[in-house]
Amino acid sequence: MYEVRVVSTPAATPESRQEPAIRAEKLTMAYGDFVIMRDLNFTVNQGDIFIIMGGSGCGKSTLLRVLVGLKEPAAGKVLYREGSLWDTEAGSKRNAILRRTGILYQSGALFSSMTLAQNIALPLSQYTPLKPKEIRELASLKLALVGLAGFEDFYPSEISGGMCKRAGLARAMALDPDILFFDEPSAGLDPVSAHLLDELILELRESLRATFVVVTHELASIFAIGNNSVFLNVETRTMSASGDPNELLAHTTDPNLRRFLTRGKE
Amino acid sequence: MTQHSGGRPKADNPARDITQRDGALTLVFSGVWRMDRPFPDLAPVTKALEQTPAPKQLAFDATAVTGWDSLFLSQCRAILSLAKARGIAVDLSGLPAGAESLLALAAKVPERQGAARKTNRTSFLESMANIGISLSESTGNLLEFLGDVTLACVALFRGKAVFQRSQLVSLIYQASVQALPIVSLISLLVGLILAFVGAIQLSQFGAQIYVSTIVGIAMIRVMGAIMTGIIMAGRTGAAYAAELGTMQVNEEIDALKTFGFSPTQFLVLPRMIALVFIMPLLCVYADLMGVLGGFVVGVFMLKINPMQYLVHTWQSVPLANFWIGLIHSTLFGVLVAMAGCYRGMHCGRSALAVGQATTSAVVTSILAIIIATAIITVTCNIIGV
Repeated sequence: MYEVRVVSTPAATPESRQEPAIRAEKLTMAYGDFVIMRDLNFTVNQGDIFIIMGGSGCGKSTLLRVLVGLKEPAAGKVLYREGSLWDTEAGSKRNAILRRTGILYQSGALFSSMTLAQNIALPLSQYTPLKPKEIRELASLKLALVGLAGFEDFYPSEISGGMCKRAGLARAMALDPDILFFDEPSAGLDPVSAHLLDELILELRESLRATFVVVTHELASIFAIGNNSVFLNVETRTMSASGDPNELLAHTTDPNLRRFLTRGKE
Repeated sequence: MTQHSGGRPKADNPARDITQRDGALTLVFSGVWRMDRPFPDLAPVTKALEQTPAPKQLAFDATAVTGWDSLFLSQCRAILSLAKARGIAVDLSGLPAGAESLLALAAKVPERQGAARKTNRTSFLESMANIGISLSESTGNLLEFLGDVTLACVALFRGKAVFQRSQLVSLIYQASVQALPIVSLISLLVGLILAFVGAIQLSQFGAQIYVSTIVGIAMIRVMGAIMTGIIMAGRTGAAYAAELGTMQVNEEIDALKTFGFSPTQFLVLPRMIALVFIMPLLCVYADLMGVLGGFVVGVFMLKINPMQYLVHTWQSVPLANFWIGLIHSTLFGVLVAMAGCYRGMHCGRSALAVGQATTSAVVTSILAIIIATAIITVTCNIIGV
């Protein structure tokens, strides 16, 4: 749910941006005995477009899975406004937190037995008191927002990969989430579509005042949309920097991060 | 989720006023326009927009709106499309800033012409024709698959078939050793059941010993083969369909093709070899377990001497039954492997399609098993075996 504030651009309200939406404290992720990343500490503020970046296999997607409650961290805490996500006694609290989030999976993860409209309607019919007609109208609004007007009755197998991704975004936005997670949004998209998706994210941030957490290693996207980030260093198995990616590029002394942000040229 | 009843007065419930001046219509919104509150009826707006003469302009005033979500957008969008249909000019500037830009975004990409589905009803004749077309298509597919399999078998006998020997070994292991527990249990119980059914009738005239004949002939001639066939259809045939279907979804089969491998040789052939090789062995094992089941009933319930039971089984069951059972099970091996692989190879590219492929693999193989049994039984009857 979004509040209407009397602001022209989100960047003009430093107070509102300082509210933390998600905080990671001493987060350690592991598969069995194999530790992928340890001691991650970072804060995602309200209204941020927060980039999780790093080389292939460094645990970006795993970190996303931990943040959205799909994988339990080996140690540490993920704190939302309501409290810790991985508190063992807080099952209902976790559901309340997750209700405020929307997730776009790498290849859309649309339910193949349902049409696009039904995919979006599923959470709406479960969690809102709306009538079927209103749900249908909402679904077509969300599809129009991602540029898929008129595709309500198509099955995911009948549309292209890029369209699946956009439909996945429409589904992620179904419940008007406060926080949207994106797993590699531009992977598998042509440069123009990837750029359009970036524009869409910026546009949605402006109008929805939502917080975005984006896993990507697409440099163009990182600099174009990110205003906060964390860099996962695959060699030291921990984070080595956090902050605005443009400033990181200008000021960082970490050779790994420099190499990453300059495509290995420096 | 709490439902707010429509009648309950609440200070910030969504409300809408319509003001009209010089042909310009202004919708004045106030309150919190969110999903969990009842929205006012859209009918007055529709009426105001459809009056004659049509209003020249439609404007919004949302200064008193204290919160909104996408249901509000959805309603605005409905009003906009009504206005558009009537040719009324719309001024969006009175809406909340975010809402205005989102509505503009939603209208940015026009609805693709011809994309929307029409739900056209098909007539009876048309649907019959569709059935006919799909039937001929699937017959064509089946014949093509059979042809591919035949060619792959020819290649196998000429020693030119390309597949991984290690994969064959693991397929054989999965189809044999891992299937033993369930085959043991089911055939033991089937033997037991057959013995019980016979025992009740035979003990009425003191012919309990013939339980061994009933169990022996039934298990060895047909039941052992049918039970293993059905178990393997549900266990291994389904697994083949699901595995190949998922490979189809993941484009693994395409990858094989572009590397120049024949998917039929690489994937179907080892599975067929595994089942054709393993099914007769499993059948013999099931025969033994069935006879053991009968033996348990005969010895412990009917008090037949154990030695006598075994000797009587040996003497009263002609060896021909054993060979007939083996023929059954070899054939079932071919049928189950073919049904599983055929359905998997012709799977669509979605989770739904994998489920359908698995279902139809099991249904097809069980159907084929029963039909084949009927044919063999009638044939044996005619030639008098």
